[in-house]
Amino acid sequence: METKDTYEKGLKITGAPSLDELHASPCYQLPPKERRALAAVIECIEGIPCNPCETSCPVGAITVGDEITNLPVVDFEKCTGCGICVAACPGLAIYLKKYEFKENLSYIAFPFEYLPLPPEGATVQMVDRYGEYVCDGTVLRVVKIKRMDRTTVVHVSYPNDYYERVVNMKRLPAN
Amino acid sequence: MQRIIDHPVLGPLPEVKMVRIIVDGESLMAREGEMIAAALIATGKKYFRKTVKTHEPRGIYCGIGRCTDCVMTVNGIPNVRTCVTPVEEGMVIETQMGYGVWKQEQ
Amino acid sequence: MEEREVVVIGAGPAGLSAALEAARAGAHVLLVDENSKPGGQLFKQIHKFFGSHEHRAGVRGIDIGTQLLEEAERLDIEVWLDAEACGIFNTTDVWIVRNKEKSVTVRAKRIILATGAVENSVNFPGWSLPGVMGAGAAQTMINLHRVLPGQKILMVGSGNVGIIVSYQLLQAGADVKAVVEAAPRLGGYGVHTAKVRRAGVPFYTSHTVLEARGTDHVESATIVQLDDKWKPIPGTEKELDVDTICIAAGLTPLVELAFAAGCEPLYSPLLGGMVPWHDRSMATSIPTIYLAGDISGVEEASTAMEEGRMAGLSAAYSLGYVDRETYAVGFDAAEKRMLALRSGMFGQKRRDAKAAIVGHSRG
Repeated sequence: METKDTYEKGLKITGAPSLDELHASPCYQLPPKERRALAAVIECIEGIPCNPCETSCPVGAITVGDEITNLPVVDFEKCTGCGICVAACPGLAIYLKKYEFKENLSYIAFPFEYLPLPPEGATVQMVDRYGEYVCDGTVLRVVKIKRMDRTTVVHVSYPNDYYERVVNMKRLPAN
Repeated sequence: MQRIIDHPVLGPLPEVKMVRIIVDGESLMAREGEMIAAALIATGKKYFRKTVKTHEPRGIYCGIGRCTDCVMTVNGIPNVRTCVTPVEEGMVIETQMGYGVWKQEQ
Repeated sequence: MEEREVVVIGAGPAGLSAALEAARAGAHVLLVDENSKPGGQLFKQIHKFFGSHEHRAGVRGIDIGTQLLEEAERLDIEVWLDAEACGIFNTTDVWIVRNKEKSVTVRAKRIILATGAVENSVNFPGWSLPGVMGAGAAQTMINLHRVLPGQKILMVGSGNVGIIVSYQLLQAGADVKAVVEAAPRLGGYGVHTAKVRRAGVPFYTSHTVLEARGTDHVESATIVQLDDKWKPIPGTEKELDVDTICIAAGLTPLVELAFAAGCEPLYSPLLGGMVPWHDRSMATSIPTIYLAGDISGVEEASTAMEEGRMAGLSAAYSLGYVDRETYAVGFDAAEKRMLALRSGMFGQKRRDAKAAIVGHSRG
């Protein structure tokens, strides 16, 4: 349950949504561990006037609705984990996740708009919502295609233990 | 204080012709068409002028030609807004002291 | 004296949109801007815009700018660059200095002011040192001019400008050491603060910058915590190793031309201070003069574009270029798109402040 204390330490204080805030928001749904495919996870809990997530989804799995300040909600029944919304979101607030895609390893695909990009196969430092190092990850794919308009999506495997906590990776030092 | 050679959104810095400018007597290279302030920041210049009474250093503040904090003496004309004035080949740019001094007839 | 039907002053997102809309309706438009390139501050907005499809959401500001310029070219809109509008006389005559050389007066049937806004500053010991600059100035340097004004940044202010520029400084390769916010809560969109925070940038709420130090340039800064009366708490000072301090403390509308012309002023603190009174159609108290964008109250580029369309269409309608029905349909659509942008917990206050201006009785 959300308390005054956790709220005060949340998004408007630290800059990052706390797990309490996320769990209290209808927008945020962590894909259940038994789900077989990747699924979109959205961390957009404030009701800003924005809906490219909804309009970009080719299978209609994300609903914002007529009021564009409604919170986006993902329908896991429809979501195929294609990742188009990840690069379409102007707030970079969407990633894909799957629990245990291989033995003891979870999968995340997140937006990344920094240089340099990691090479596939590289070991990178995975971070939580506060930018703190959590664990190492292995880069599986680096997807940079025209329709994603210069937002790269990096696919990484990382230990199951940190399934929910990991959201992105540390920027790499300049070459 | 450096040029941004590659950028995740804007891509690699486009190649352009370089022009020679003279800054406080020193010959430096700048990108053709860029603003004087940008060229000077790229060379690491710390301040652009000193104030009239207390001789305090000043640099860019608004960067879009409104505040006049970044003015320098350019080709003998004082109080030129360097953030909105492009460099030209052979341009003579001087750190301005106070109000500056006109060095050529209008 | 030269004559034009519609003169638009300022070629940023609002002015460009106004010029396009008036020209589409059939009016002959002259667009003037004091800069050597059109686009205003749009070409430093390298992020994807919010909104819905009809607001061009998901498209980066730079690309929206390019689209607007291409359209202006297709519509053959006359553009004067390096042209400073210095005054408006007799409600119709615009005094313009071209290329810092030649004075020209243009008689306009309608004038649309889209002069934008200027960044506010915050004063503290050392604030005038080189290295202290507007957040927008840093954004101009990195995204337009491709130079980094510094490597180690302190951002003062956590509204969307402060947060977006912090993000773009990271993208440009700088290290943002901290974002301080004097209020007890962060101001900007949570999705923006979240992406900056997960990049490892700490936020300090109820904090401000106390002092900047350095000989010829900023070499360090001290930040301090504020109590609930906004007074510094002794003993909470923290020294930061920074070479650049960016100030993101809001903007003030650039209203000089409007007030010199005699447009009636109104105070709207939420929208940046003194603004010219205007009605729903964006007309000021002088019926030949219209407004669009930040001059009518500081908002954002997407709202500026909608307001430009509303003003351009209204000016064209008042000149008889569109019939009443076409005008009503076009205007209502633009207004509806605008209201969508002024909704939700962030937009509602702006919507109320705008309604207060339009609803304010004059005289």
